[in-house]
Amino acid sequence: MAATATQRTVEAVWRIESPRLIAGLARVVRDVGLAEDLAQDALVVALETWPRAGVPDNPGAWLMATAKHRAIDTLRRGATLDRKRELIARELETAAEPDLDAELDDDIGDDLLRLVFTACHPLLPTEGRIAMVLRLLGGLTTGEIARAFLVPETTVAQRITRAKRTLAEAAVPFEVPSGDERVERLASVLEVVYLIFNEGYSATAGGDWMRVELCEDALRLGRVLAQILPGEGEVHGLVALMEIQQSRARARVGRDGAPVLLADQDRARWDRLLIARGLAALARAVETGPLGPYGLQAAIAACHARAPSTAATDWAQIAALYGALAAAAPSPVVELNRAVAISMAEGPEAGLAAVDALAGEPALRGYHLLPAVRGDMLARLGRRAEASAEFARAAELTRNERERELLLARTRTGA
Amino acid sequence: MMLMHPAAFPAVGEPLPEDAVAKMMKFNDELVQAGVLLSADGLEQPETGSRVRFAGGRPRVTDGPFTEAKELIGGYWIIQASSQEEAVEWAGRCPAADGDMIEVRQIQQWPED
Repeated sequence: MAATATQRTVEAVWRIESPRLIAGLARVVRDVGLAEDLAQDALVVALETWPRAGVPDNPGAWLMATAKHRAIDTLRRGATLDRKRELIARELETAAEPDLDAELDDDIGDDLLRLVFTACHPLLPTEGRIAMVLRLLGGLTTGEIARAFLVPETTVAQRITRAKRTLAEAAVPFEVPSGDERVERLASVLEVVYLIFNEGYSATAGGDWMRVELCEDALRLGRVLAQILPGEGEVHGLVALMEIQQSRARARVGRDGAPVLLADQDRARWDRLLIARGLAALARAVETGPLGPYGLQAAIAACHARAPSTAATDWAQIAALYGALAAAAPSPVVELNRAVAISMAEGPEAGLAAVDALAGEPALRGYHLLPAVRGDMLARLGRRAEASAEFARAAELTRNERERELLLARTRTGA
Repeated sequence: MMLMHPAAFPAVGEPLPEDAVAKMMKFNDELVQAGVLLSADGLEQPETGSRVRFAGGRPRVTDGPFTEAKELIGGYWIIQASSQEEAVEWAGRCPAADGDMIEVRQIQQWPED
């Protein structure tokens, strides 16, 4: 096997094995940063050894054994050989010949859960959480994360180093939070996963594959979370939302690379398998209780996914879901979307009334979609002069060149 | 997509060996736990299938069993992997029987219009 081919195989093995390897090590050494360092050391040894000796039959157990030997050395060699370190080292030594495979499988869900909660700790800045999650749970290299987020590799390396230091200095315990803290911390975990997904989603039009793959990385993380947190409705809700949004990946970019709006998408190109998976995840979210913000957004996406066309969409249901979403997570942008859904369900007059209720909203000042939506409703009512003025205002506010052209064209006709 | 070409099929109506099924379920579970499994199915024996061949612009149907029984498909998995190497790595972990073969193919992502 050529060296590069083996290297790619090692990378593939790493993708599969590194999350549970790091999670398992973190449980033993009680330090996420050290666990990650040890896992990286084992990877380096693998990259040296495997091209010569071949890939071992059980690469996961091989990596774990190698990392544990390193751990004993590192702990003993440490400048401050305190009692705690000595204790851990001895524990590792006496457990030198356990069934490594079983060790990797036992409670791996719990270890992964501790790992994800630690990686998304509120002490870390958002970009630190994102880098930690992708590196520790996604199995991505620093270089891959850097390319995906359009930042230099050194920046990502720094974010990870700082995050590890912060966790070590604060002596953050490797555990799953409970009670109210758990609710809050889970929200942070889901936010990180969704931020990763959206980073990839917004890159779809650029055709930049490294970035688009973030959607798949986020989905994979979300599905893992759904396995280890089966009772959390919002986890299923988020997975459902991502599966359904990802089902449109092929349809949401035109041949010229420009984004295609939902209403104009060729629905035959939607991925039916992902839609089915999304609907199943949504059903699981519904089973656990009332839908949260992610579940509600997924339910809205599901209305579109089930509809054969824009006209045949259940807009009344969508308007009701936006209403529930606005109640659960108040946002003027959600209200604006609700107004659009109302206009589709009940006509432009009702929609216009809903939009006008948002007129004084400070958060929407300077938001081009407010005049754009209002203009559209006025145009549908035949009030051309007023529509024209709204489109002109929207054209002024948008930063997207293509959208501006479209709005200026509508300014001229008022239709 | 991982396409399983088993070396042998059990006779129609004969269940698969219990431990083989258990091992396969454990493998599938690993794929689920890792967040990579999108879909998987086993297929009924080839004897119960049909083939539709096209020649001269017309379909012609042959029902099983088939005389030429090379490389028949026994089941499939659709997984989301980050590379061909990762997909191959997963395929290598399948508790397959001696002589089985798994073909690992990428699903076309952006078909030409």
